[in-house]
Amino acid sequence: KALSSAPGTAQQLQVEILDAKTREKLCFLDKVEPHATIAEIKNLFTKSHPQWYPTRQSLRLDPKGKSLKDEDVLQKLPVGTTATLYFRDLGAQISWVTVFLTEYTGPLFIYLLFYFRVPFIYGHKYDFTSSRHTVVHLACICHSFHYIKRLLETLFVHRFSHGTMPLRNIFKNCTYYWGFAAWMAYYINHPLYTPPTYGAQQVKLALAIFVICQLGNFSIHMALRDLRPAGSKTRKIPYPTKNPFTWLFLLVSCPNYTYELGSWISFALMTQCLPVALFSLVGFTQMTIWAKGKHRSYLKEFRDYPPLRMPIIPFLL
Amino acid sequence: MGRLTEAAAAGGGASAASSAGPPPNPLPLSATSPGCAATMASSEEDGSNGGSSEAGEEREATGKRRRLGLVATAWLTLYNIAMTAGWLVLAIAMVRFYMEKGTHKGLYKSIQKTLKFFQTFALLEIVHCLIGIVPTSVLVAGVQVSSRIFMVWLITHSIKPIQNEESVVLFLVAWTVTEITRYSFYTFSLLDHLPYFIKWARYNFFIILYPVGVAGELLTIYAALPYVKKTGMFSIRLPNKYNFSFDYYYFLLITMASYIPLFPQLYFHMLRQRRKVLHGEVIVEKDD
Repeated sequence: KALSSAPGTAQQLQVEILDAKTREKLCFLDKVEPHATIAEIKNLFTKSHPQWYPTRQSLRLDPKGKSLKDEDVLQKLPVGTTATLYFRDLGAQISWVTVFLTEYTGPLFIYLLFYFRVPFIYGHKYDFTSSRHTVVHLACICHSFHYIKRLLETLFVHRFSHGTMPLRNIFKNCTYYWGFAAWMAYYINHPLYTPPTYGAQQVKLALAIFVICQLGNFSIHMALRDLRPAGSKTRKIPYPTKNPFTWLFLLVSCPNYTYELGSWISFALMTQCLPVALFSLVGFTQMTIWAKGKHRSYLKEFRDYPPLRMPIIPFLL
Repeated sequence: MGRLTEAAAAGGGASAASSAGPPPNPLPLSATSPGCAATMASSEEDGSNGGSSEAGEEREATGKRRRLGLVATAWLTLYNIAMTAGWLVLAIAMVRFYMEKGTHKGLYKSIQKTLKFFQTFALLEIVHCLIGIVPTSVLVAGVQVSSRIFMVWLITHSIKPIQNEESVVLFLVAWTVTEITRYSFYTFSLLDHLPYFIKWARYNFFIILYPVGVAGELLTIYAALPYVKKTGMFSIRLPNKYNFSFDYYYFLLITMASYIPLFPQLYFHMLRQRRKVLHGEVIVEKDD
């Protein structure tokens, strides 16, 4: 296209979008402003291919390369007057908020079904009865509090980097959360439930740890939220604040996971229920993988990252 | 747990492809592993518990090859030779027993020590993946071997009344032929002298062996059910101080059910691999 030689007029670019796998030409955009962002390009692309809404698009400079970010500006990329972008379909997307709300609401209600012993779960003579053990009532309060907290944090606290995730995640995640919730709740609320070996002492200690970890986890979530202004996607190193619960940042990169692990271990101790311990173990494995990834990203992005910090367990892991 | 999928893909995918519970595995472990690998998102390797995997073969075709250290190659070659020999011994013992006794009753008892030894020894294949001398993912190999260990130790060894069932012979035959083919395939691949007929065997025998093995395994588990129910073996009942229960009978039912989604996936993957490898072979010949 014609190059503008008039001073002050930015040279407009052309963008062609090819399929990353077949190299088929999918779209040709004419007269694109050089300061256009990838997000704007995605919107233009959607116009010609409405089935591929922006969150489903992965655009990259190289068919096998990394996805470009929505904020990337066209003229800052290593492209000529005609930018060639490769497109990959990420598949149907669903918002993080939707997934979180669904996966957390399930356990909340499912646990209560068992707690209130609705018919058909336990034998008929136990329908709508309640356990005679204090710890069972306490466990219900703790479990419910935990998921209510998570729901509220999803709605009011968390600031998500990504808007969406692949749709199939919701099925896997809900199976995980809902399945384990049912499994745990079945035993804790069972008519043949056996209270902890060391009685009230054990329960009190576990409860104390649980409360501390819940407060800790919440404090970290708030601290992380305050790191990032609303609507921005900036990333900064988190540091301890005046809140003592955040001082764990001195030792770990992801204290929210540390506290979460603590919550579940204490819940396992409180209920002395093996399925809870297994849930903690699985969760620990997953959170460790995430913590290590996050830790690595921090190290890569920030030269001055505090060297004492470990990903999830102080000094160890 | 948004990224549950990413992390779980490795696990979940593998288990979806190979087995959620103990999966059917009359098949060459490695033959099914690539199935798992391919069924998952990861397009990596396959489970060659030796040098050349399908992927390896394809790479060979393009002139590249996995570089293994001398010690690793020597060890793997010895391992695969030993396993080939072991399963050959099993095959011969089974044939001799049947020729001498004319019946399958008592056959399992006569070969059980050898079977247990060589099948259990295969746990090493997980280590091979862990240390990276074999390109399969640990999870895939783990699942494969576990399913065999499950059948041998948790079914035939533990539930004595079913040892003389015909179905036991069925899967034993399938496993034996499969393993001999698979381990000799690896051995020859490592030695860089793979006879075409072994490659052919590996990619064609499964067509019959796989369903036969699955049938044998399922029928055996089914035969074991009444004994498991009656004795309540391997089960934990309430109340107990860990507030946990496990019913082996229902576990077996779920295991049997899991074959339904898993077997077709693995089988069709193997068919696709077969077309790719043997079909590719045909093209090369044409170019000659």
